[in-house]
Amino acid sequence: MKKQGSMKTRKLINNVVVHLILAVLAVIWVLPIFFAILTSLRKEGGREKSYIWPKGFTLDNYKNVLFQEGSLNFPRWFLNTLIVAIFSCLLAAFFVLCVSYVMSRLRFKMRKKYMNIALILGMFPGFMSMIAVYYIIKGLGLLESGPMKLLSLVIVYAGGAGLGFYIAKGFFDTIPKTIDEAAYIDGATKWDVFRRITIPLSKPIIVYTLLTSFMGPWVDYIFARVILGNDRDYYTVAIGLWTMLEKEFIEYYYTQFFAGCIIISIPIAALFLFTQKFYVESVAGAVKG
Amino acid sequence: MFGKGKKKSKGHSESANTVVAFRKGNTLTRLSAAVWGLGNLVNGQIIKGLIMLGLEVGFIAYMVGFGFGALGDMITLGTVKQEEYWDEVDMIYKYRTGDDSMLCLLYGVITLFVILAAVVMLTTALRSAYAVQQKKEQGKPMPTFLEDLRTLKHEKLHDLLLFPPIAGIICFTVIPLVFMILIAFTNYDHEHQTPGNLFDWVGLANFKEIFSTSGKLSSAFWPVFRWTLIWAVLATITTYILGMILAIVINRKDTKFKAFWRFTFVLSIAVPQFVSLLVMRTIFNTNGAANILLRELGIIGSQDAIPFFTDGGIAKVMIILINIWIGVPYSLLTMTGILQNIPEDLYEAARVDGANSFVMFFKITLPYMLFVTTPNLITQFTGNINNFNVIYLLTGGGPDKINNQFAGDTDLLVTWLYKLTITNKDYNLGAVIGIIVFVILATLSLLTYRHTGSYKNEEAFQ
Repeated sequence: MKKQGSMKTRKLINNVVVHLILAVLAVIWVLPIFFAILTSLRKEGGREKSYIWPKGFTLDNYKNVLFQEGSLNFPRWFLNTLIVAIFSCLLAAFFVLCVSYVMSRLRFKMRKKYMNIALILGMFPGFMSMIAVYYIIKGLGLLESGPMKLLSLVIVYAGGAGLGFYIAKGFFDTIPKTIDEAAYIDGATKWDVFRRITIPLSKPIIVYTLLTSFMGPWVDYIFARVILGNDRDYYTVAIGLWTMLEKEFIEYYYTQFFAGCIIISIPIAALFLFTQKFYVESVAGAVKG
Repeated sequence: MFGKGKKKSKGHSESANTVVAFRKGNTLTRLSAAVWGLGNLVNGQIIKGLIMLGLEVGFIAYMVGFGFGALGDMITLGTVKQEEYWDEVDMIYKYRTGDDSMLCLLYGVITLFVILAAVVMLTTALRSAYAVQQKKEQGKPMPTFLEDLRTLKHEKLHDLLLFPPIAGIICFTVIPLVFMILIAFTNYDHEHQTPGNLFDWVGLANFKEIFSTSGKLSSAFWPVFRWTLIWAVLATITTYILGMILAIVINRKDTKFKAFWRFTFVLSIAVPQFVSLLVMRTIFNTNGAANILLRELGIIGSQDAIPFFTDGGIAKVMIILINIWIGVPYSLLTMTGILQNIPEDLYEAARVDGANSFVMFFKITLPYMLFVTTPNLITQFTGNINNFNVIYLLTGGGPDKINNQFAGDTDLLVTWLYKLTITNKDYNLGAVIGIIVFVILATLSLLTYRHTGSYKNEEAFQ
């Protein structure tokens, strides 16, 4: 009886400690975000102040960044990025799924070679080839106008996607092969298996792939910078917000910068909330080996 | 011109070996190497034969009209320099457009790839003709074009599915890479900018700049190189281990509010990375929130500031710490999924055998995690060697050093590459550094990757 009691106390202490540590860590992880929100609501303009807690609160920063069409046009950037992100994530996810399914399930002569080549190509710094990509895109006549520049961003983001198949392949590897074999006995072609069996079983990895490639354009700085040049109307938010912190703009745009950051974070966070729930649930519900 | 590169993957329609096809083929088959699709045309596969013939005509037209000239230009890299001259007729100065060395090289590379595609096409035509010949000799029915297409759904599904991604990779990864590798052997620097100026082949001179002790870049190179390796190892290991621990702790049976904890940590992924990086940069500025907080708490004097990003050593530590903040949620997310995917019966069997949680962790959880995540881990490592965003957006490679070829204290090879190429237009030096980065990564990861279970025995858990 007594031993059981002490075990219980130990377990309790254990649990309290674990939860305390988690709470401390959670605060650390949330604090910078909290700071960003705080600054985005600051009434006093200008850059860093000698205090943290704002003297007054206002929503004007949000209003200005969304509706004021000054030299920096945030809503436009947002739209640009959204368009690029949607198209490139669809294309990239399609590429990744194709390649990873082939590598995981089909056996053919060039398979190992392709995997090794992909591994090797992935080791070159991505933007080492940037200069050449820039000239190829220019040669294709895609740098003539703003919308074409956005199109070329889509192509550039999705173009190399077939190299990043490792994670999705790892996922496909965990789906038991017996399911495929049963389908072949029933006369299904490999294409049927891919479309009707593997894809429906792979929702988590599809979401994961879509999500990661959707994030790409929001966070990419280098390619967008090189391809979009100084055409401010066709900036993506990443370069746009970076521009707000440049010397000529920072004094006026500092608080708006944070407001802009929060504005683009909210839809993505919402999306994430949805997908994370989905991700965890569907992984737990996947076929087990 | 890109169109033909694509045919490559589709081309493997016959599995017979090319050499065998040529040796055992009849005259018609052998002739098909010169006139693609001839064998198919004669034997009734009209559409297939015409497609191949069309490709050959297109290839020849390209080479005559453009290709041979481009190859010649690639060797000379242009001979006519853009210059001003006095026009006697119009009595004014005029500009003569010179050759653009950069375009000469680019078109040369593209032409090489077209030729490569043509060679692949040639062998395909040969094998296809041989297959037709064999079918005829054995009296088998000739597959119609539609039947051939149908094989793409089963036996040749890999060709169908790989074709678009590979086309993308060749156009936007392979060709540009070959181009940049070649740039490393030229003198395409800020003094030889096209189109105003020509650049030329210089052999290994750029590599000497970096590796010989007297080269102007070598003193800057080694510190950057060392820090790149340290950064990549630390950044990968810290986020991996901490992410795994966090995932296991949250996944523990007795942990309450699992969804809440996960959400809190994952929240920082939802914030786009460059936003959190830029926010971090402003927080740890000389007059940023962190220093202000320390001043208000009286830990440092009201005029003092901890040089988070302005002291080389502290800046490096800060970058690693901030990277933990950024990276742990990602690995938490991946690990959670994998943890829940571990077959429960493995644990039950272990419990029956009386294993405690430590044994179960080291015998079941860890091997399974490593098996599934090794490719992920390697991608992480290579990603970190090439991690441009974290460094560039946090410190911009600074604090800067004087007379150090633009390399600051926290510059990685890639951010240095960026500065050399974009800021300073020394494309040749940038290309050399890119090649060095590649060599490091190639040696390290091919060695490790080939020794992992998930490479050797892909089907262990299938």
